[in-house]
Amino acid sequence: MNTETVHTTGAPLAVAPAQSADSDYNFAFLDEQTKRHIRRALLKAVAVPGYQVPFGSREMPLPYGWGTGGIQVTAAVIGCSDVLKVIDQGADGTVNAVNIRRFFARMTGVQTTTATEKATLVQTRHRIPETPLREGQILVYQVPQPEPLFRLEPRRAQTVKLHALAEYGLMSVRLYEDIAHLGAIARTYDYPVRVNGRYVMSPSPIPKFDNPKMHLNPALQLFGAGREKRLYAVPPYTSVESLAFEDHPFEVQRWDHACALCGAGDSFLDEVIVDNAGRRLYVCSDSDHCQSRQQAGHTGSAVGEPGSQP
Amino acid sequence: MTDDRLLSVQGVGKHYGARWACRDVSFDLWPGEVLAIVGESGSGKSTLLNLLSLRTPMDEGAVHYALRADGNTPGGLHNLATLSEARQRLLARTDWGFVEQNPRDGLRMAVSAGANVAERLMVLGQEHYGRLRCQALDWMQRVELDGHRIDERPTQFSGGMQQRLQIARNLVTRPRLVFMDEPTSGLDVSVQARLLDLLRSLTENLGLACIVVTHDLAVARLLAQRMLVMKDGSVVEAGLTDRVLDDPQHPYTQLLVSSVLTP
Repeated sequence: MNTETVHTTGAPLAVAPAQSADSDYNFAFLDEQTKRHIRRALLKAVAVPGYQVPFGSREMPLPYGWGTGGIQVTAAVIGCSDVLKVIDQGADGTVNAVNIRRFFARMTGVQTTTATEKATLVQTRHRIPETPLREGQILVYQVPQPEPLFRLEPRRAQTVKLHALAEYGLMSVRLYEDIAHLGAIARTYDYPVRVNGRYVMSPSPIPKFDNPKMHLNPALQLFGAGREKRLYAVPPYTSVESLAFEDHPFEVQRWDHACALCGAGDSFLDEVIVDNAGRRLYVCSDSDHCQSRQQAGHTGSAVGEPGSQP
Repeated sequence: MTDDRLLSVQGVGKHYGARWACRDVSFDLWPGEVLAIVGESGSGKSTLLNLLSLRTPMDEGAVHYALRADGNTPGGLHNLATLSEARQRLLARTDWGFVEQNPRDGLRMAVSAGANVAERLMVLGQEHYGRLRCQALDWMQRVELDGHRIDERPTQFSGGMQQRLQIARNLVTRPRLVFMDEPTSGLDVSVQARLLDLLRSLTENLGLACIVVTHDLAVARLLAQRMLVMKDGSVVEAGLTDRVLDDPQHPYTQLLVSSVLTP
């Protein structure tokens, strides 16, 4: 295995041409009443940032855990003129991303892209793109568990009450336990945040590295949990603050390496084992960011080494 | 004369179906006073405690409590039923404590002793780990728990230690009123004696008012200044502890006092 397999995206920075939508299905798969219902729930979610709005999640042609919530949100907000990008763990070329992108290309006929700046709608799982988002873009997250108090308070009725009364001491108890036993807050993904100074929200399983990107982001951020039947949202330019203690402040991950392919020192890196001797490379998890940097002439340490041509 | 009552209970009652679990209970409580509620099982004493601590909604009567003055409300006696739910919950976890009979019900068994003690402070919004830990340590020492065990889970503690941990967890916000439901009955006699000793010194030093439900007249004698005797949901006798125990008036109280075994 060499680094060629690390990034297997299609034509970089290109926008795939629009194709005609499959006429056997309604535009974007869902029927109009369902899309209207989801949009109505989304309006409520945007009006109350971080609040979990229940919605009637539909059966989708893929299993729970594969992004049914995100797909329903995307289907509800997508229009003919949208340009769609789908990423999974930052990459455009992974199974989940490829299939959801193909699904929407067939169901809507919209243009798809891998370039973050060309997209109007980005559906994501586990990452926020490194390229800063701009006004007018929508970021849709796939959420497995929308309830940040899950595992702390098992009763749903009780968590609703805790949210309503803004009683979030339980979350502090969890952070306290981490520091007491491990010396630091151990949570590295799905790190709880407080939105607009009010609701504590699960940011979906993005690495805590991405949490600061949510703060005052100019793009609209929508979250869909299909199995749990909840939607929530962070409107543009809304404060998103990661929970922490005063004497144990929030910190993001840091690496001792730069990306081996593009030399980026400020992106989220994946560790990739490249041969049977256990040699490993650190490469950007955001494949679009990495490739556009390489095309702009940036190179990393692995480029030019024998047998590791990117 | 100023009204310095802490709690005023008027005609409180609760029914399940057609049967009244407890009815027409009235009494006053002053700051720093310990009141024992005694009676046999099923006499409605735990129901009464749950009504007073707002855990169960009451069907009749009213409870007035002397709230601390803050920006929004003046101090003085307020009918608790008129407070918002948020205010009631705030009251219950700052100015009140509730010590359960079984410490497992009052503690979070899955988190460390330190987090258990500091939880109320965190709910109130304290966000400094070092200070939270200092206060947890301080309260563990006040209830005679070894500070080195602050990071151990309550499951690793003995029954008596769990009960003391539960008391520390309740006292950390310096409440003025603590409800106790049979605080010593799950413990063996020597541990019971030590816990009673601790409770007595804590209530005296902190000026705590307590309402203690117990079926053990010795506990009532040791802790309480006044007592209520309940039977079939109503109070049959009330008065100073020593007077009630030494000179019981009601036939049921006489029976209760005479049925205590003396070794």
